[in-house]
Amino acid sequence: MSGMSNARNVALVAALAALVILPFWMPGIYYINVASQVLFYAIFALGLNLLVGYGGLVSLGHAGLFGITAYATAYLLSMGTGHTAAILGGLVISLGATAIFAALALRATGIGFIMITLALGQIIWGLAYRWISITGGDNGINVKARPAPFGFDLGAPNEFYYTTLIIFLIALVAVTIFVRSPFGAALKGTRDQPRRMNALGYHVWAIRFWACMLSGLLTAIAGVLFVYYTQFISPQTTSLTSSAEVLLMVIAGGPATLLGPIVGAALVVIVKNVVSGYIERWNFLLGAIFVAIVILMPEGLVPGTVRLWRHGWRAFRRRRSITLAGNAERKS
Amino acid sequence: MTFWLILTVNSVAFGGLLFLLSAGFSLIFGLMRIPNLTHGSLFMLGAYFGASFMLGVGGVQLNFWLAAILATALVALLGALIERLLLRRLPGDALAQVLVTLGLSFMAADFCLMVWGGDPINIETPSALVGFTRMGPAAFPNYKLAIVAIAVVFAVGLWMLLDKTRLGAMIRAGVDDPDMARVVGIRVSRLFTIVFALGAGLAGFAGIMGGPSLSAYPGLDQDMLPLALVVVILGGTGSLLGSFVGSIIVGFIYNFGQALLPELAYFVLFLPMLLVLIFRPQGLFGRHIL
Repeated sequence: MSGMSNARNVALVAALAALVILPFWMPGIYYINVASQVLFYAIFALGLNLLVGYGGLVSLGHAGLFGITAYATAYLLSMGTGHTAAILGGLVISLGATAIFAALALRATGIGFIMITLALGQIIWGLAYRWISITGGDNGINVKARPAPFGFDLGAPNEFYYTTLIIFLIALVAVTIFVRSPFGAALKGTRDQPRRMNALGYHVWAIRFWACMLSGLLTAIAGVLFVYYTQFISPQTTSLTSSAEVLLMVIAGGPATLLGPIVGAALVVIVKNVVSGYIERWNFLLGAIFVAIVILMPEGLVPGTVRLWRHGWRAFRRRRSITLAGNAERKS
Repeated sequence: MTFWLILTVNSVAFGGLLFLLSAGFSLIFGLMRIPNLTHGSLFMLGAYFGASFMLGVGGVQLNFWLAAILATALVALLGALIERLLLRRLPGDALAQVLVTLGLSFMAADFCLMVWGGDPINIETPSALVGFTRMGPAAFPNYKLAIVAIAVVFAVGLWMLLDKTRLGAMIRAGVDDPDMARVVGIRVSRLFTIVFALGAGLAGFAGIMGGPSLSAYPGLDQDMLPLALVVVILGGTGSLLGSFVGSIIVGFIYNFGQALLPELAYFVLFLPMLLVLIFRPQGLFGRHIL
């Protein structure tokens, strides 16, 4: 096992190094922008995974929370507010919305939670689409410029990438600490044995509520990065398709793992960018991937590959020990 | 006065249509515990299939009712295939069922866009239902009255089917205790396929019945699915009466909301759902807690 975790550490350090020097080996600005997208969607997926993977609470309305932050930030900016105030305003409004969202959705678990979050997500989509005086309807809201804190101009692709990378690494470390903390263990407990946790004196509802809030915070941070990245927000961002895309990132990569959602985000963003370059049938492909993953590799790609790898490694070792034993026998 | 009357008639008619849609959803969700997110897609497919049969497939044009029957049968068959080939492999796993049906709904939406294009397709009102019926000072469109009548007939029929027939008793037994039902010789897996096909067929039928007022267009699925959800959450799962009352309530809120507060129509629509969730989480007539 120690050999396994050593290999894992080496791989992680190599991946980190590759990310840090990415603008130097990527062939063009387009790819650096795609890398930025992967990173902020990875933050989004890490946030959703806290609920889906560790909490057992599947939200189909997370694109709504993502969109609320983006709309709030864009709206404040269009009112002439400064960047700092707009970002903070977006985060605060989003956390308020998350609290309402959680209070309503946590009246149920399982299918009920899925249904309520789906309905709440649709409300936000409906408001974004119809409340034209605030959201501009289908025309959306444009964001004129990215901020330039301390003369560090985020308008340039490299600077934006590094900012996203730093925020992503902070988010990853925070999620890692959270998941390994007593609170993370309690959350997993409420997922597996809610009644036993209750009997042990844990406040199951409160644990789930704060998990929702943390998930909402990560979602909101991703939302701010998104709106500055695209410099545009429209109802499409809050739609069920968008919620499903981020859920696919979590499910495809592997729920309840730290790396799964990141791999999933990379996979979905890259496939989406590549596919949209060739054919229009992204939604069909998205649906087909969902069906295929659930039927063929329900534990997700990362744990699935690890399983296959370990399986293969064990089979190899067994075969080798059998041949060695056979040789020893023949010698004697 | 006329304004309010027209709005009321529209609300009741839309409620009838919602009942046809949500009864199938409630049946599948309430009995089999499957959150079928393809339900809006089945509605849309019903509308598109019906429209195609009326416009003519292979040189044969059908009238509205034949097209409706054929489209309903086709959607029911599709539902049976989905249950047999995919959902059967995932018993009791709500997350997997959600993901598979969500994936299928994306595939269906893209399929419709590919086959029928992005422009809405109008469905002609059947000629027998074109006129108006006068009642005192007011005139009601026959088509809307027919939808209400059909919804009532279906409500009574479904209630009889589930509560009064042998098949209904077998379905209820298969849901409450599948193992025991198998022991006494009920083929539970086939019953589940029947229930799913029935629910899907109802959605498809609602799709073509709604055709003359809604028409078939891309995004119809995403417009209808949340409405079915709201009806079921409002009325309570697994209750036909709940679906019926919920549909009428949502029909009223939807039409009045659209007319009076167009900007906040969606918000107004989901508000009662939120209130019900806060004060009565199992829904108005629900038996189980969601």
